[in-house]
Amino acid sequence: MNYKLIADIAKSLLMARWRQSMVAAIGVTFSITMFIALLGFMNGLNDLLDGLVLNRTPHIRLFNEIKPNPNQPVNLSGDFKNSHNFIQSIKSSGGRMEIYNSAAIMRALEADPRVLGLAPKITAPVLYNAGAVDITGAISGIDVMAESELFFFKDYVPVGNPLDLKNVSNSIVLGIGVAEKLLAEIGDVVQVTTSKGDRLPLKVVGFFQSGIKDFDKIQSYASLSTAQKLLGESNTYITDIQIKLKYLNTAPTVAKEYAQRFQADAEDIQTANAQFETGSFVRTLISYAVGITLLVVAGFGIYNILNMMIYEKMDTIAILKATGFSGSDVRKIFLGIALTIGLLGGLLGLVFGFSLSLLIDQIPFNTAALPTVTTYPVNYNPKFYLIGIAFSLITTYLAGFFPARKASRIDPVIIIRGK
Amino acid sequence: MAQIVLQSKGISKYFKDPVTVKVLKDIDFSINQGEFVAVTGKSGCGKSTLLYILSTMDTDYEGELWIDGALMGGKSEGELARIRNEKIGFVFQFHYLLNEFTVLKNVMLPGLKLQKYPEAEVEHRAMERLKTLGMGDLALKKANQLSGGEKQRVAIARALINEPIIIMGDEPTGNLDKKNSDLVFDIFKQLSEEFKQTLLIVTHDQSFASNMNRIIEMEDGRIINA
Repeated sequence: MNYKLIADIAKSLLMARWRQSMVAAIGVTFSITMFIALLGFMNGLNDLLDGLVLNRTPHIRLFNEIKPNPNQPVNLSGDFKNSHNFIQSIKSSGGRMEIYNSAAIMRALEADPRVLGLAPKITAPVLYNAGAVDITGAISGIDVMAESELFFFKDYVPVGNPLDLKNVSNSIVLGIGVAEKLLAEIGDVVQVTTSKGDRLPLKVVGFFQSGIKDFDKIQSYASLSTAQKLLGESNTYITDIQIKLKYLNTAPTVAKEYAQRFQADAEDIQTANAQFETGSFVRTLISYAVGITLLVVAGFGIYNILNMMIYEKMDTIAILKATGFSGSDVRKIFLGIALTIGLLGGLLGLVFGFSLSLLIDQIPFNTAALPTVTTYPVNYNPKFYLIGIAFSLITTYLAGFFPARKASRIDPVIIIRGK
Repeated sequence: MAQIVLQSKGISKYFKDPVTVKVLKDIDFSINQGEFVAVTGKSGCGKSTLLYILSTMDTDYEGELWIDGALMGGKSEGELARIRNEKIGFVFQFHYLLNEFTVLKNVMLPGLKLQKYPEAEVEHRAMERLKTLGMGDLALKKANQLSGGEKQRVAIARALINEPIIIMGDEPTGNLDKKNSDLVFDIFKQLSEEFKQTLLIVTHDQSFASNMNRIIEMEDGRIINA
């Protein structure tokens, strides 16, 4: 097949009506631009919102839940093995929140190849004392280094240095909502009362802002040792082990395994936050729907222009056929025209889409909820660009297919005699 | 005995819309290599219809058409296109050049399609033919910048590019003034005499036809005088 000749003829026909061709290409360019910008922006937002949850939620959390023991003594008795036992007034047992043998568990976890990292944590319910008023709250004792590395703790401390938690003894990073209520500044000392009635003065070294206001009104952070001191426990006392895995999707199965192995409760992220994936999915779906609609509209534009071109070029098609070009040659010429429009328009669209994404990335976006975000988030995943160019080619191919088929079926005799 | 280039055996053609009319009735004739044939007749006698069947563009007919010893019936559209490309040259009443291309490229296109020679060789041959027809200077002009007579000469050059075994013309001078008509006729005459080119020209111009060495006269879909 003589593709060079066909390409040459297609190019000449394209250039002969370059304004029309350009309008068609601009249609594709516009839709691909919007497609790229929209998907980039939407996914940027998705990542941001998912990050709100994912950054701070461990993939698996090991802890001891206060709950009724599922193995009641009557079930262990051989006499009642085959009967259905009804037991009334069961009370929760085991008031200890501590994870037993935590040091050994952490060593075992660190050796597990599926684990990316872990951060021990102590949760302690407290009262913040502001003069005569007590404000209920909670203090988390954390390993600042591990917490920063795995859960981006630093990003959520806009004021003060989180490392001071480790370096300054008896220090606290106050939730910004708590700080507002206590009128506390950096360097102030706040009084905290534990559930057991012990009172401890703590020095404020920073403010914590998560973006979830109710959370910031309650939550504060201290170092592990400060929390242990606060609760009057030994330095092996830990209530939670937060685990980050290498692969998020394995969390449910690994969680089940750990629950068995370490005789503790293990909660995975999918169970804890079932709703967040739904939101991302719907947003992505909407952006794809809009993008594809734009492309389909552009496709109709190309279809129209090619149809018009074929009516205009009836003579040309007839003469090509009379001088020995077959129907399939003619079809290839018009498909070539359509695909050229699609490819050029699509590539330009990618460039413009990328530029528009860069522009969106520069627009200031300040929100109290997200202290580290200063501009609109954009995702530059090359996947969108591949989908964009593939879709532009597919749509233009389909838009060109029927006009090209029509052109290939033109009977030259009718055209030539019709004059 | 001269070689038979084109043969029609009992070709009939019907127009079916709106009522069935038999426009060609059992056409039998053959054309030998080197003949300069005119098909004449009154308007509506079916001479153009016959030409389009002979040209392989119209495939809706009864009977047999042989070109260069091969039967055309039953061939695919692609095969017929190839035969038109290789063995038949066309000159139409309305020159039908492609306005998107230069004169030279118009002449080259069927040659490029055939791919018998490389592009440079096709270009050289096209240029030679244009020069023979006195059109060398206009080779790089766009087709739509030419006058009617010039266009028709370019169309003849295009018909010649693949050294066809027969050139067919449908009223090639019908749209030209006397001077250009004569010019085109002289070219045909020259092709016939100097190069022994076979030509089949449909015309209703009696003076034109009378100068040819064979006249096929048609009336009501029949050949009345071959």
